[in-house]
Amino acid sequence: MKLYTKTAHELHDLLVRKEVSATDLVKAQAERMQALEPKIQAFVTPTVDKALEQAALVDAKIVAGEAIGPLEGVPMAIKDNMCTDGVRTTCSSKILENFVPPYDATVVTKLKEAGAIMMGKTNLDEFAMGSSTENSGFFTTRNPWDTERVPGGSSGGSAASVAAGQAVFSLGSDTGGSIRQPAAFCGVVGLKPTYGAVSRFGLIAFASSLDQIGPFTRDVRDCALVMNAIAGHDAKDSTSAPVDFPDYTSLLGKSIKGWRVGLPKEYFGDGIDPEVRAVIEKAVKTIESLGAEVAECSLPHTEYALPVYYLLAPAEASSNLARYDGVRYGYRSESADDLISMFKKTRAEGFGDEVKRRIMLGTYALSSGYYDAYYLKALKVRTLIKNDFDQAFEKFDCILSPTTPSVAFKFGDRTDNPLQMYLSDVFTLSVNLAGIPGLSINAGFANGMPVGLQIIGKAFDEARLLQIAHAYEEATGCHSRMPELGV
Amino acid sequence: MGNEMIETMDRDETMEREFDFEIVMGIEVHAELHTKSKIFCGCTTEFGGEQNTHVCPVCLGLPGVLPVLNRQVVNYAMKAGLALNCEIAEFSKFDRKNYFYPDLPKAYQISQYDLPIAKDGHIEIEAGGKKKRIGITRVHMEEDAGKLVHGGAANLAGAEYSLADYNRTGVPLIEIVSEPDIRSIEEAIAYLGQLKAILEYTEVSDCKMEQGSLRCDANVSLRPWGQKEFGVRAELKNMNSFKALQRALEYEIERQAEILREGGAVVQETRMWDEAKGMTISLRSKEEAHDYRYFPDPDLVPLVISREWVDKVRQTLPELPQARRVRLVQSYGLPEYDAGIIVGSKAMADYFDAACAAYAIAVPAGTEADSKGQERAKQISNYLMGELTRFLNASEKGFQDSPISPDNLVGLLRLLEEGTISTKIAKTVFEEMFATGKAAKTVVEEKGLVQISDEGAIAAVIRDILAANPAVVADYKAGKEKAMGFLVGQAMKATKGKANPGLVNKLLKEELAKM
Repeated sequence: MKLYTKTAHELHDLLVRKEVSATDLVKAQAERMQALEPKIQAFVTPTVDKALEQAALVDAKIVAGEAIGPLEGVPMAIKDNMCTDGVRTTCSSKILENFVPPYDATVVTKLKEAGAIMMGKTNLDEFAMGSSTENSGFFTTRNPWDTERVPGGSSGGSAASVAAGQAVFSLGSDTGGSIRQPAAFCGVVGLKPTYGAVSRFGLIAFASSLDQIGPFTRDVRDCALVMNAIAGHDAKDSTSAPVDFPDYTSLLGKSIKGWRVGLPKEYFGDGIDPEVRAVIEKAVKTIESLGAEVAECSLPHTEYALPVYYLLAPAEASSNLARYDGVRYGYRSESADDLISMFKKTRAEGFGDEVKRRIMLGTYALSSGYYDAYYLKALKVRTLIKNDFDQAFEKFDCILSPTTPSVAFKFGDRTDNPLQMYLSDVFTLSVNLAGIPGLSINAGFANGMPVGLQIIGKAFDEARLLQIAHAYEEATGCHSRMPELGV
Repeated sequence: MGNEMIETMDRDETMEREFDFEIVMGIEVHAELHTKSKIFCGCTTEFGGEQNTHVCPVCLGLPGVLPVLNRQVVNYAMKAGLALNCEIAEFSKFDRKNYFYPDLPKAYQISQYDLPIAKDGHIEIEAGGKKKRIGITRVHMEEDAGKLVHGGAANLAGAEYSLADYNRTGVPLIEIVSEPDIRSIEEAIAYLGQLKAILEYTEVSDCKMEQGSLRCDANVSLRPWGQKEFGVRAELKNMNSFKALQRALEYEIERQAEILREGGAVVQETRMWDEAKGMTISLRSKEEAHDYRYFPDPDLVPLVISREWVDKVRQTLPELPQARRVRLVQSYGLPEYDAGIIVGSKAMADYFDAACAAYAIAVPAGTEADSKGQERAKQISNYLMGELTRFLNASEKGFQDSPISPDNLVGLLRLLEEGTISTKIAKTVFEEMFATGKAAKTVVEEKGLVQISDEGAIAAVIRDILAANPAVVADYKAGKEKAMGFLVGQAMKATKGKANPGLVNKLLKEELAKM
């Protein structure tokens, strides 16, 4: 039995039927992890020993005849920008290389409570800035479908670990597409929930008003199960929404007949690879065949999303990353001889190029004299972008688009040109600016590489997004294909 | 103003005009709010404590943590705003003020920038015998930073090493910014005093200046009389007492005046008051001014305050110093001067009201005590401003921890009123009461200090004295009034001051008349 191909809900059934133990699962997963790490390099810090201890506890429960939750005993991976008590949390940055938080992120606490077992912390673009995981301060993660290609980013490690079968599910964070784009590149399900649906406490901030934690899973049902575990109001996060959260599995399997689905004309213009376009068009036809009415819609301010994002996100990042100054924790330059040079050298030596690039952009955008022209203007345009979606959702239940304009690109292809790299997130950014949920599922394949279909919904409408995604998954089955990795 | 001695410059308006320039000042006061926990986490705000023991990941700004606003901070800030006659904003927000310094864990301070919780208020001050209204521009909430401890030197300069203590980090502050309405040092002192009194009355801050829970910065500029435009200003920082404020302003005004007299130009800059050197020192010029890159803190949602919430806080407002002063004058006929001194300290004013209640002369606001009551109230006031203040100052105590309780003070005053003790004896009794905390009656009984009002006993003493001093009696008969004083003194001496002086006078005259 190839345990690594199973979903969380399938494993849960096996555990309940005592066909496998949690220890079996963790061992099998650890073997898979170790066998593939030289090829994939998804993990910054494996935590297999701790995982085995936890698995033993779950097994004891099963033996004692106690009921176990749907994620109990299920091996998972956590992006290394979420704090884990006693386990180093690096953001894949030299500046935090040895940082061991004395607390868990709320999502980690919740998953621990749900009994999920952490196999390790996954690689990312440094401080979640990037679209390929080539900006990691440590090493590059590879795409399991083609190790010559990037896994996407910034949650490349989390996406690759699930795609390669190194973890059953994982958590990523999405500031401008950092869950959905790597999900698309790696052919897994990736959800960026509504802003405020999942607590950000313990997520090391990149751009606070855009960051949101979400799951990578093998199928839509698992995504719903993980959401059930991590969504909810958190008193430790003021921006967390005090609303009622649904059972995200409740609509799975229900018909989408009569759904009104919008295709924004701005997302289907030039710039999409023809192969990607073909897969998405076919996917739209499938959705139509399931009873949905598809029509063109318009999000007129789409062209401003990229510039707005690249003003707001770096502005917030410049402030959020200012605390890494060498005074209290993390890296400190040893060659400094006064306070100011200590600040400067610590940051010059500890941060990578992309992080520095964004800090400089953000500092400039916030500086007095430019604030009104850049930051404040960007805030205003952000409102227009949000209004576009509000208007579209008056007519449509959801919006479909490609998740990315192309399939995963090859290493080094875009690293010399940051602007070209930024364009790989062009379809996902607006969703963060609007604070609404976006889901990427595997729509099919182009030249052997997975293509992502993005489903966008109105705020707190995740359950319905999962409903339509589930319908698509049932109809096509393309989610069940896994990359051949030769182990 | 507690027990702090305030020396004010004795300048009336004509004297001010003799000064070459008109002084223009605005004052910024930072007050630590009297909450139990910090503004964005649950850590204690208790003063002192071993370094870095009152801290948690949130106030230390460790990676990933988020601030959660303490509701009590909003209540207190609102209460202060209302007491300062401000409008309370229905919508306000928190902003980040970015700068690098080792005492600032996040490298930004969470503060309020363009939308403070309260604005457009005023307070009444009295300076140079005149009442004046000083505008309050704004009141906003913010978090305090930590503290650096320099090893091997008092300041950073010359220090061998520096340590950071983050116990203060995240302690809630309000910053109260005045309009540039202040025109003299006396007004500046009066403003700070009135502000301190208001913050104490509302109990939003303990205002302990020596612990840094009330700090003061001032913007100072000079301009020729009659000129409308403000002169170039200097911002003075780090004044932690009334005395420091006064000395710093005296120094700074003279410094600027000298520059202007010599035809020079004042440079816009931030200056620090150096208490030890007795001078202001340049910290940074306009060119070096920080660009704080303020922007709305995305970790905190905007603060929306309902009118119901405002009303609820308004109902908790106590009688403020100004109103209390009016009441003391109207209800008890106290002189304005007395009332001003008493309400200047909440503890003193509370003591006064408690004593009035104990003396059964407390009357509801808007009504007046009878003449007897007014007399008694003045008597209380005399003791508060005189003996009690003197004794408290000498033992470095405040009215709130006076060894003589208001009840006991009234006990003493009753003995005086009844004639049980003389004014002279009262002083002795007071001293003993202050030392032991005992009731007046107990002291009088224990020491046998009851006034002798027995006419027979006094008459006997007098007869002895007259018999022993025939020459003085002769002087008196010859019309020398002074002789009378000597005889009274002898009688008091003989009774160890316990004889009722009125009776002594009366009986002496009677006996002398018989002779």
